[in-house]
This record gives sequence, C-alpha cells and structure tokens, in this order.
Amino acid sequence: MTTQRETGTFEVKSGLAQMLKGGVIMDVVTAEQAKIAEDAGACAVMALERVPADIRRDGGVARMSDPGMIESIMKAVTIPVMAKCRIGHFVEAQVLQAVGVDYIDESEVLTPADDNHHVWKHDFTVPFVCGARDLGEALRRIAEGAAMIRTKGEAGTGDIVEAVRHMRTVMQQIRRAQHLPDDELASFAKEIGAPLALVEQVKRLGRLPVVNFAAGGVATPADAGLMMQLGADGVFVGSGIFKSGNPAARAKAVVKAVTHYNDPAAIAEASKGLGEAMVGISARSMKPEELLASRGW
Amino acid sequence: MRSVGVLALQGDFAEHIATLRRLGVDAREIRTTKQLAGVGALIIPGGESTTMAKLMDMYDLREPITRFASAGNPVWGTCAGLIMLAKRLADDRPQPLGLMDIVARRNAFGRQVDSFETDLDIRGVEGGPYRAVFIRAPIVLETGPSVETLASLWDGSVVAARQDNLLATSFHPELTSDGRVHRYFVEMMASRATT
Repeated sequence: MTTQRETGTFEVKSGLAQMLKGGVIMDVVTAEQAKIAEDAGACAVMALERVPADIRRDGGVARMSDPGMIESIMKAVTIPVMAKCRIGHFVEAQVLQAVGVDYIDESEVLTPADDNHHVWKHDFTVPFVCGARDLGEALRRIAEGAAMIRTKGEAGTGDIVEAVRHMRTVMQQIRRAQHLPDDELASFAKEIGAPLALVEQVKRLGRLPVVNFAAGGVATPADAGLMMQLGADGVFVGSGIFKSGNPAARAKAVVKAVTHYNDPAAIAEASKGLGEAMVGISARSMKPEELLASRGW
Repeated sequence: MRSVGVLALQGDFAEHIATLRRLGVDAREIRTTKQLAGVGALIIPGGESTTMAKLMDMYDLREPITRFASAGNPVWGTCAGLIMLAKRLADDRPQPLGLMDIVARRNAFGRQVDSFETDLDIRGVEGGPYRAVFIRAPIVLETGPSVETLASLWDGSVVAARQDNLLATSFHPELTSDGRVHRYFVEMMASRATT
C-alpha cells in the first residue's frame, strides 16, 4: 500500500463544503458566541471582529480579524472555523491559512484590497468560499479555485430580498444552461462572463459544481426556509443571530428550519417566542454605493 | 430488495442517495422515526458530528436508531457517522450512539488543511486499491473482540471496520464515483434478507 497522501486537492477542499450542507454557518465575534452557536447546532462558525451590521454602521476600512481572536475561537469549538479576508488580499489569505482556519471567505463584507482581481485560490491548501450574484460570477470564482459558493445577498441588513434575487438568478441561469443546445453554450458563456468548460459542467450536472449556500439578509427561521426551498444547500447567518433579542433560541430555531425546510409546521414551531429579530434596514432604501454585494469582479 | 435510508439531518446525505441510485438501489431521506420504519438499512452520512448529535437529540432519533440497529438491520456510518456509531470517543463530546464496540478520535489528522486523499486496500472490496477521501476525519483507536478491521493506513490507524450488521468508515465513499463500498453495504442488506 502506498503511504502517499495528497492534501489540498479539489476533492478534499470541496468535500468539506459537502459536510456542511443542510447546516447553518453563524458569524461570531467572541469565543462565548462561538460556543452558543455550536450548542445551537451550527455546522461551522465565521470568526470575525465585527458582524456586518456593525461594519456597516462604523464605516471606515474593514480588514481581516486579529489572528489571536480567531485562534481563541478555534480553541473554543470543535466545529470548523472560517474567517474572512479582503477580496484580492492574498497575504491576508496566507495569514489565515498559517493560523489554520478551516475555510477562508474572500468576502465583499470587508473592504476590497484589489479592485480588479480576486485571490488565485488554487495556490492554497485551505479551501475558499466566495460570494456571487449570478452564475457568471460564481463560475469565475470557481475557475479561480473557490471550493464553495454563497450567494451574496446584502450583508448586515436583515433584509432577505437581495439574497432571494441572487439565488433566483443563479438558479434561472443554471436552468437556462441545461436547456441550451451545445452549439449555443459558448455565446451563453460569453454573455455571463464564465469559462466555457464550467458552463458545460453546469449543463451536465444541472447545478453548480460546488456547494452553494445562501447569505446576506437571513434573520428568521422562515428566511432560512425560503432560501433552502429556493435551492440553497445551507445558510450563512451573519448579524441575524447575535443582533437579535435571544441569540441562543434564534440560532437553534434557524438550525431547525434548515433541517426541516420543507415542513411548514416545523418552521412554525421553531418560530414561536423568539423575541425580537434584528431591526434591519431595507436594502431597497440604500444608495448604490452602500451596497456591499456590488464588490467583486 | 428493500430501500436504504440515509439520515438526512445534516451533511452529505444527497451524495449517498445519488451513489445508491446509480447502483440501482432505492434510497430515501430519513428525518423522522416514522420514515425509518420503511427501510431495510440505514446510512449515517458525513457531516458535522456535533451538529448531527444535537439534531438527533432535538428530534428524539437516538432511541429509534438504536432499536433499528439492535434488530439486526445494517447501519453504516461514514466519518461523522462513524463517530456516532462508536461506543466511546477520545474526547468528551458529542455523545455518540454507542452501537459499535470501537473507540474513535475525532479530527484525528488535524484541521482542514491536513485533510487528504490516499489509496486504500479494503478487505472484502475487490478490484484494486480504493481512492479514499478523508476530511477532518476520525480514526478508530480501539476495536472490541467482535470488530473486524477492514482497512488501515500506513501507520496502522484503523479507518474501516465491521461488527456484524454495523459498518464504519473514516472516509467518504459517497464523494467519489467508485461505488464499491456502497455495493459492499447493499450486499450486507441483501445477505441478511436471505438468511
């Protein structure tokens, strides 16, 4: 038998995302919050210094979190720990890999470090998740090496409308690819700005070649159920949990809604007596320059 | 032949179902005790063991699964599923089902950057080495007298084991196109039906 082991292969990187499916990934800013998330049934946590709602409120430049803070969260829980780097900031990504996080989110929630290019993710052993608003953006990120996609939505708003729009767009374009004859795929690939080989793969599979979670605006169990029924493999909840009245109860309720997303009675049961949801801001009332989702190229 | 159920609380249950269907086996998602009654075998898939254990508690599935296995129905755990089958874990959480006479260590190779693929020889699986994918994988630290080791790594770590109707693998046959381990499990169900 060979003693050869291969790390960082695409199977291994995209495989971890497969293990997260049907689960909820929660933003946490302290080890205590990470434990609350784990106890509620989160399948992973995103370690960061400020949740998106606070980043939005504070303004300024948002950067990678303190590695010491990320390590304290890694010590507190046994579920996978993710952390964010700025778009195109490959040295922040190198630092996060050196710290040993399980997944890197190259995220539009932080201030982009490169206004033309994303990180070349094939160079890393650690897997990446990236945001997308449509199929072309998702496939460009996968071409760069992303092993998981999340629809962007509009982080820090508690408004689900953008997440819905992005998920519907991705799904519509996948259905379109499926029904196109082979000789029309090249111009479709050109239209959406995606590599032809990946468009062909989408046509064959009838889905993205990697796991696709929903993100950006999930605040209630019903929001989570909505995204799952629209075709998400799982859900990220950023500000929605720890900006609400009763984080532990809400976290558990969102987990239940994701597991039983096709069972309205179960979602109803999970939604009872959760106290106040995060206040939120309507994404439609925001100026175009305030939208985080438009960051990414 | 009876259907195979795949526990669909969290994790990569859809990949198990797709593999089984490719082999021509009827496969169903299991989320409730009632659904469990309709199948002849159960797979506990890969996922996050902490999450899966919590959800089993939330939906009172521990006792029904234990009864299902005790009745002699085949049960196979992959990765998180192996952890759930174990009698005991090297660390103190989560609480496993305790069905199989093995002690397991979670995340035995380290964090995600240490996840890997390798070729394995698996006893009872013919046709050459099996390409196995290990993701934040557990290993079997100790096996009881009635447990047969089916595969181990270069350093002797046990990564596949069987005890009568129970099968456990540290790796993920559902993530590759090679259906041989699924066929092995389906044969466990078929041979039970004829005896």
